[in-house]
Amino acid sequence: MTTARFWRDNATRYNLMATRCGSCGKVTFPPRHVCPICHRRSMGKMEKFRLSGKGEVYSFTLVHEAPAAFELQKPYIVAMIKMDEGVMMTAQLSDCEYAEVKIGMRVKATLRKIGEEGAGGVIHYGYKFVPE
Amino acid sequence: MNVGIVSYGAYIPRFRIVPPEIGRVWGSDGEAMSKGLMIFSKSVPGPDEDVITISVEAARNMMRRTSTSPKEIGALYVGSESHPYAVKPSGTIVAEAIEASPHLTVADLEFACKAGTAGIQMCMGLVGSGMVKYGVAIGADTSQGAPGDPLEYSASAGGAAYLIGSQDLIATINGTYSYTTDTPDFWRREGQPYPSHGGRFTGEPAYFKHVSACAKGMMERMGTKPEDYQYAVFHQPNGKFPTRVAKMLGFTDKQIEVGLITPHIGNTYSGAVPLGLAAILDVAKPNDRIFAVAYGSGAGCDGFDITVTENISHFKLDAAPTIQQLIERKKMIDYATYAKYRRKIMMKEGGS
Ligand SMILES: [Zn+2]
Repeated sequence: MTTARFWRDNATRYNLMATRCGSCGKVTFPPRHVCPICHRRSMGKMEKFRLSGKGEVYSFTLVHEAPAAFELQKPYIVAMIKMDEGVMMTAQLSDCEYAEVKIGMRVKATLRKIGEEGAGGVIHYGYKFVPE
Repeated sequence: MNVGIVSYGAYIPRFRIVPPEIGRVWGSDGEAMSKGLMIFSKSVPGPDEDVITISVEAARNMMRRTSTSPKEIGALYVGSESHPYAVKPSGTIVAEAIEASPHLTVADLEFACKAGTAGIQMCMGLVGSGMVKYGVAIGADTSQGAPGDPLEYSASAGGAAYLIGSQDLIATINGTYSYTTDTPDFWRREGQPYPSHGGRFTGEPAYFKHVSACAKGMMERMGTKPEDYQYAVFHQPNGKFPTRVAKMLGFTDKQIEVGLITPHIGNTYSGAVPLGLAAILDVAKPNDRIFAVAYGSGAGCDGFDITVTENISHFKLDAAPTIQQLIERKKMIDYATYAKYRRKIMMKEGGS
């Protein structure tokens, strides 16, 4: 991914900036221009909405075969998180052991390094989840 | 105008390594090292943590404890000697992550272990002059010692953030005084991964001389004596130095006990006095008076005289973890894992 494309999503990746439909109230993450329920009726009514960062583990798995960028962290946990606002997110679960993770476990978002473009390149930061 | 602390927050990575484990690898007496330095374990950042993530976590914990709007923050400084970028300020990312951007001034500061307290002084000046309503000063580090170097037993990771303002203060900063000279006790040249130090030279003419001079100068200016303070915190590169300097100055072990956290987490460099002060504020009562002296190699000291206000009794301490909770949240690792996390193992390009 290019530096510019990452940068454009900073508010989303740092602060979980989502969108809420001004017509039906549905929250969407990542942010959308159009509500998946109201479609055209939501046009121009999508508002910025900051997720609380809190939610619970919906499902999870342990990744053993990691891409090169995650080599130092393997094995690591990837989880589907059901946020308190109702949206589902997929992210790495950090600061806990695989054996401790349970479905329904309360978690909160934190900012971590999620990659870098080589030793001389830009560092990417984004959300991961940790036990609450 | 009164200037002081409106809120604060801290963060310490959860990994720990003990001195005997480091000694085992290098054929040194880790037990003796632990006793000599008064360090029983040190914190280690995870592979996905650095000064920016530690600063963000500390700053977010600080914001969780206050109803201050981040948009009212007019200045933000991150003091560290391990900024992830040589050029590209850590503070820009921290400001964005607490939604303080874009109407504020930001800079990264560097003065060995006292860059965080230098930030507090800069915020005091900006708030006191009315240039900004609130300023944020962060001290954080993920420092490294070369493999096998005695520094490896102490260099650790952590940080704390302070919201400086003039209203709703939980603690008033009564005064600050600095003492600075040109003393080459510890340094790191651009591009070098590990610092160099003057060995024994780091003690007497560096740490002890500067901390004593700054402490005495501070008390002289305030017209105070050691017994006027409930708590004192000194820069803590290990457990021994602050204990000895406190005794030299006439402070008791009881006064420094709460703020002395290096024995549990190691030397967090720019994070050291900010974290020690946070440990004190976690338990302080209205009217408690706190004495703080940060030391940075090179060399200089920043002294602070602080009085806790009535506001501390309704401060939202529980909205973020206390220092004690951060110290207790830990996972022990062996030297191999430590070496991997700290990238002391040569890897093929692309690993991170
Ligand atoms: Zn809708």
